[in-house]
Amino acid sequence: MVRQVMPTTLNEALELLENENYVLFAGGTDLMVQNRSWSETPVAFKQSVMYLGMLSELDYIRKEEDYLAIGAMTSLETILHHPDTPEIMKAIISEMASPGIRNIATLAGNIGNASPAGDSLVGLYLLDGMLVLKNHHGERLIRIHDFILGPRKTALKGNELIAEIRIPHVVFSKTVFHKIGPRKADAISKLSFCGAYKLEQDIITDIRITFGAVYMTIVRNKELEQKMLCKTKQELLAMLDELVNDYDQLIQPIDDQRSSRIYRKQVALNLLQKFIREI
Amino acid sequence: MTKIDFCLNGTAISVDCDLSERLLDFLRTKSGNTGVKEGCGEGECGACAVLMNGKIVNSCMVPMANVAKKNIVTIEGFAKTERFKILEKAFSETGGVQCGFCTPGMIIASESLLNTYPHPSEDEIKIGMSGNLCRCTGYNMIIDAVKLAAKLGDGLW
Repeated sequence: MVRQVMPTTLNEALELLENENYVLFAGGTDLMVQNRSWSETPVAFKQSVMYLGMLSELDYIRKEEDYLAIGAMTSLETILHHPDTPEIMKAIISEMASPGIRNIATLAGNIGNASPAGDSLVGLYLLDGMLVLKNHHGERLIRIHDFILGPRKTALKGNELIAEIRIPHVVFSKTVFHKIGPRKADAISKLSFCGAYKLEQDIITDIRITFGAVYMTIVRNKELEQKMLCKTKQELLAMLDELVNDYDQLIQPIDDQRSSRIYRKQVALNLLQKFIREI
Repeated sequence: MTKIDFCLNGTAISVDCDLSERLLDFLRTKSGNTGVKEGCGEGECGACAVLMNGKIVNSCMVPMANVAKKNIVTIEGFAKTERFKILEKAFSETGGVQCGFCTPGMIIASESLLNTYPHPSEDEIKIGMSGNLCRCTGYNMIIDAVKLAAKLGDGLW
């Protein structure tokens, strides 16, 4: 039987999760559309649902010494306007959905939904985001890279929920985000690109590149980033063809209703070249 | 059926409902608030916009479970305010209302926007209204309406 529960505290939610599997419903802006039925009839969930809307204890943003802690029930709009949110995350969130959706949608929901086109993921991969997963017995910390296993697949166990997102404090010289979609608001990305670097005395001391919606998960490759370290801009430009070739191997998009494999690959590689040339 | 307590247009109410019922359907079929429109039903058009705790949300994406303890204002409730009268005048004077289907959502988006930015820049207006589609006006008239409302209603937001 499909059950619907509405716990009022985190403890109550975790106790319920010990006994039954639930679809975890935060803002619900993906779930409501995915399970939508005819107008004027309730949304038809095929599995039991746990509504987390009453868990105001998970609605917070705290600046800790090494990272920014974002509670799982904090809305995207709250994160967007918080003074401590990293610029790159602000750039990404400002292009996600529209104000009416951002007021209810959550970052934890975008992560849990685990879509290859999830816009926040390109930023969280870039910043080495971490998640705090809780169950009734305790909690564990997991890297976003290890949490997302594939399209709509995560490492979340049946008795766990995402309680907090941690974004390490990092300083870059420049960050860029490009979202390619058919409309400025409310679009699901055809593809997305994030780049960030730190230049110290004309030498690259940190460089990170992520691509969204061009593979089963977000594409980020630390070995390739390592190759670009300790180089000057001129040296990077000299190795641009080689870099494009390397990333070309990693970018394996699909054809779907939003875009084509060929378009996605070409634009992703164009954005990579633009990013390197504009360092 | 579960009992949900919330505040609708200034009145505290308690209703028995399916937790997955859309707020949009509750408003249109049970409380008679048919000013709230269903356009796309998937968060792209903004015709179903209402205020939740003073901020715009798409009621087609909100289940009744997440309405508990919230303060919901629809176009019917908002129409009783001074700020609505300013927006009504501004939208009529600029031609911001044509067929009218998107208008309740546009008015709710304007109120939510002006609550945050009483004197919005053109960019802030465009972002504030970005979740609302209009097939008649071409948007410029609606942007003009919000600018005019900010001027006429100086001090109200």
